[in-house]
Amino acid sequence: MEVADKLVTMAVALVAFAAVIGAVLLVVHLLERRGARHVAWWFVGPTLLLIAVGLVYPALRTIWRSLYDAAGTSFVGLGNYTDIFTSGDQLVVLRNTVLWVLVTPFVATAVGLVYAILVDGARGEAAAKALIFLPMAISFVGASIIWKFMYEYRFFDPDVENNPNQIGFINQVIVWLGGSPQNFLLDSPWNNFFLIAVMIWIQAGFAMTILSAAIKAIPAEIVEAARLDGVSPLEMFRYVTVPSIRPTLIVVLTTIAIGCLKVFDIVRTMTAGQFGTSVVANEFYTQSFSANNKGLGAALAVLLFVLVVPIIVYNVRQLRKADHR
Amino acid sequence: MSAVPVDTATVGPPTTPQGPRETAAAAARRRLSRPWASLAAVVLAVLWTIPTLGLLVTSFRPAADINKTGWWTVLTDPRFTLENYETVLSSESSQSLAPSIVNSVVITVPAVVLPMFLATLAAYAFAWMDFRGRNVLFIAVFALQVVPIQVTLIPLLSLYVDINVSGTFWAVWLSHTMFGLPLAVFLLHNFMQEIPRELIEAARVDGAGHVTIFFRLMLPMLKPAIAALGIYQFLWVWNDLLVALTFAGSSRDLAPMTVSLLNLTGTRGSQWFLLSAGAFVSIIIPAIVFLSLQRYFVRGLLAGSVKG
Repeated sequence: MEVADKLVTMAVALVAFAAVIGAVLLVVHLLERRGARHVAWWFVGPTLLLIAVGLVYPALRTIWRSLYDAAGTSFVGLGNYTDIFTSGDQLVVLRNTVLWVLVTPFVATAVGLVYAILVDGARGEAAAKALIFLPMAISFVGASIIWKFMYEYRFFDPDVENNPNQIGFINQVIVWLGGSPQNFLLDSPWNNFFLIAVMIWIQAGFAMTILSAAIKAIPAEIVEAARLDGVSPLEMFRYVTVPSIRPTLIVVLTTIAIGCLKVFDIVRTMTAGQFGTSVVANEFYTQSFSANNKGLGAALAVLLFVLVVPIIVYNVRQLRKADHR
Repeated sequence: MSAVPVDTATVGPPTTPQGPRETAAAAARRRLSRPWASLAAVVLAVLWTIPTLGLLVTSFRPAADINKTGWWTVLTDPRFTLENYETVLSSESSQSLAPSIVNSVVITVPAVVLPMFLATLAAYAFAWMDFRGRNVLFIAVFALQVVPIQVTLIPLLSLYVDINVSGTFWAVWLSHTMFGLPLAVFLLHNFMQEIPRELIEAARVDGAGHVTIFFRLMLPMLKPAIAALGIYQFLWVWNDLLVALTFAGSSRDLAPMTVSLLNLTGTRGSQWFLLSAGAFVSIIIPAIVFLSLQRYFVRGLLAGSVKG
């Protein structure tokens, strides 16, 4: 397709959408003039229909599909779920997902919190924050490319004189320090941590922005009183700052945890889940589209659903609490 | 200097013994002897910036150099070129990413406009119209935010085959619309409730119907909120990989930037001259949109937090 064709397709779609909605609303308008009362369904109808067709029905079908085998011909009950929790490959996927969810939120939040405190009230605070926040605006694919280049490895033999130059920054630093370059994305389980580093790099800015706002909202009287009592900086942090922003901390931690459960783009771009780095969301894609085991894929998607729900419920509760303060 | 209005109170000698009030963090930091705190902050900022800077510098280096020496060598041997960007953007070269840039635009515009408009309509009904089952339905829409899109992909794909839109932009547009609706309805509903009831009732007394109120009153008043949400949806759609990979695939006719970049990383012998320039083209567009609409973004967020 040519560029012009694509743009025309887009314009036609937009005009068609406007025409349909416009016509519907015109009819509703005329009905209202004639005294019709129940016009609400015209307003919510399209949304409810799309949500029913796009979310509810597919979700139910996926749950049903997860009870069937790879080909979808014979009923296997919870067989796919047993596979997830017993087969060696799938256990690695589960282990990696647990790593992501346990490591990322705490490290990203800690970095964000420390940085927020370090730059709070300092000269150039806004610019300093922008540097950390920048990765948030970059797509996960873009961030993964940036880091893949950081990790880039060129073959290195410590016994030879003329090794090729390293072009990945991290390996060059290792060479400068006198070590041997590593192929970071190859060795399991450590490669998982190098993938997780990308997520931490992205999410620290999110944590920093939200926590910084919370820190600034701590009443000055409390700080002043603590200072008159002669508390040390660490005590101030431990007994004043952290307790005051606790609800916000929990919201940030859980939000990042949800993002980690669903992480797909980073794993797909960095390793495609090879070398023992797959996670549930990536394994769903691999099983459904490459391995052609749609039964197992469906079970993995449902598992993701089951894992996400309690965290979101907890998150919403904390959010309410934070709002009510 | 004199042209700039200056607040004399702040320029003159301090008249009050107390300075500006200090926040808890500032107090903690002040006690953490300043130089160390500043050093730690600078180290973190540098660590966070180096990765992006490295690829940005690389995108301006000659393709032959990129694979031979590290990007930091530009400090001693500065050689730059725009060739990588020309390759990525030109319509002639076979390695061009131009088609996928167009695809990204064609995917994004309707995938933002459709859900935003439908969600505004629905949010209006949930906030200001009476109908049976309103609360139950609203809670259902709110709760459906928890559905991970992975759960929906395969059934949707076969549904699109059935209605003959698989392999077209429609499949991508519809998917993004469906996935974006619950959050958009929920947030816009919250904004709508902030509008004073008297305003709506006065319009009703004057004989205005819901359609009139929606267009004349709601849309103008909600412009900041809609713009703020629109930016979110834009960033989400533009940066999305999973939905595009599933419904647009890798075809040159449909695949957006994210998918094309992913496919480039897969090829052996990493083509860093394409990847680096391509990545920055894909990064710069949302950055521009974000910066130019930031005013709305901030205003929208304020409108939500400050009760009117």
